[in-house]
Amino acid sequence: MGLGFLLEQPFAQHALLAAALVSIAAGLISPFVVTRGMSFAVHGTSELAFTGAAAGLLVANNAVVGALVGSLVVAALIATLGARPRERDSAIGAILAFGMGMGILLLGFYQGYATAATNILFGNIFGVSGGQLLVLLALGLIVVVVMGIWYRPMLFASIDPETAEARGVPVGRLGLLFLLVLALTVTGAAQVVGTLLVLSLAITPGAAAQRLTASPLAVAGLSVFFAIAAADGGLLVSFEFTTVKASVFITSISFAIYVAARAAGPALRRRQQR
Amino acid sequence: MNDPGGAAVALRAATLRYGRQPIWENLDLDVAPGERLAVLGPNGAGKTTLLKVLLGLIQLTAGTVTIDGRPPTRGSARIGYLAQQRVFDSDLPIRGRDLVQLGVDGHRLGLPWKRSRQADAAIEAVDAESYAAAPVGLLSGGQQQRLRIAQALAGRPRLLLLDEPLLSLDPASQQSVTSLVDGYCRAHGTTMVLVTHEITPVTGIIDRVLYVAGGRWAAGSPDKVMTTETLSSLYGSRIDVIRIRDHVVVVGEGAGTHHASGGGHHRGGHVSAGYQGDPARRERS
Repeated sequence: MGLGFLLEQPFAQHALLAAALVSIAAGLISPFVVTRGMSFAVHGTSELAFTGAAAGLLVANNAVVGALVGSLVVAALIATLGARPRERDSAIGAILAFGMGMGILLLGFYQGYATAATNILFGNIFGVSGGQLLVLLALGLIVVVVMGIWYRPMLFASIDPETAEARGVPVGRLGLLFLLVLALTVTGAAQVVGTLLVLSLAITPGAAAQRLTASPLAVAGLSVFFAIAAADGGLLVSFEFTTVKASVFITSISFAIYVAARAAGPALRRRQQR
Repeated sequence: MNDPGGAAVALRAATLRYGRQPIWENLDLDVAPGERLAVLGPNGAGKTTLLKVLLGLIQLTAGTVTIDGRPPTRGSARIGYLAQQRVFDSDLPIRGRDLVQLGVDGHRLGLPWKRSRQADAAIEAVDAESYAAAPVGLLSGGQQQRLRIAQALAGRPRLLLLDEPLLSLDPASQQSVTSLVDGYCRAHGTTMVLVTHEITPVTGIIDRVLYVAGGRWAAGSPDKVMTTETLSSLYGSRIDVIRIRDHVVVVGEGAGTHHASGGGHHRGGHVSAGYQGDPARRERS
């Protein structure tokens, strides 16, 4: 199968489009994940998207909706149990461990599909149905719209919550909104790279972008670009090497960008100082 | 003392408690427009909390507070607020200019692409043009503090609330930040409430002191408040205020040690205070 032939196939086009949209969402929230120190929350939410996906498969044979419900429930739990940053991480740890256990239990009931677990954990965007792709598109759009509207107050609240609060920014409510957007993004990204590897789209691009510039808008732009480059780039490469899962290439590209940014970053940022 | 009149800040029998623990009680205070008040006291005396009351972020347990005759509203553009300094991480994705700009429109919806003349003017006012384009996390503590002050001034406030503005700054930066704030408030007639636990560096720029300790308070000119008698009654234990040349040194258990310069100009010659009866009975139970 040549690349050209594959690119004409609707399933490949859909996959590339879904990956791009999910990447835009992930790229937009990624700098905030880094600034707010919420990497572990991403990890926790995505692990529990696994539980949700397993439940979704079992109940309705629909992993995407299951993952969505799962990550929303987790976002709500993190918000209630871990309002303060220090207790947040321990709360997430407690929820995560229990949730994963439930996920394994649920998956045990789902007979005949040993691949189901692998697909949820490591992603399989080509196995996603047309209807589920629409759900992904909707998720991506919601995240983009929400971030477009609340970007500035979210930035203020992430960087300097005390001052932001004094200026009338609803810091607490924005924190909730961010968890919600995070849950949607995680659900989407989990379809592309799998719940275990969501971090490569939701954390790495923002972390890399921050190394290169301190302009908030440039960070957002670069982060989105890096996420798309990793997700769609990884999918394209996987068309050539069909025996290897796309997630392998996606995470590799994402990591390569991060390493390059860390190497180039100090010099670039020092130049900005002038 | 019931009508707030033309006071920029007026507190009437203002009381704040956490649970049953009183932070301060029956606080009566008027801050005139253009006046500069220093709020002093030990850690946990409710100094920052007082600023949050003025910002409308914390409600009084009892009593009233008004800003320009009206109850405080959250996010008021009339108030500039400098929160206690926090260290910005070196990789924080924000430049000095962005930080100041957030002071102008950070509460508004949308993307942060605008650059306003207000922010430019504020950066100019603190002489930060040369490093405003640098990532905030790479600047010195003094430079960061100047930018944060620019952020507080960017909304052209009538009331400036400063929480420990000199904390962790070297003496040269302390001096430059102090004269910067002083010059701005003088030029614009801005009212200032400055929280500090060290009075020395700010003596020259303040008119009056509010000292809070152990749920009680005293207000008046630095000369009247910073005395052995007043502070001993506030703390309910022996506090020595020693004057050495131009400095006032406060020594005592629970008070830490403050240095206060005796110079400067004062307004009013009396001390008002918020304690009745035997102070020792109400404290340290």
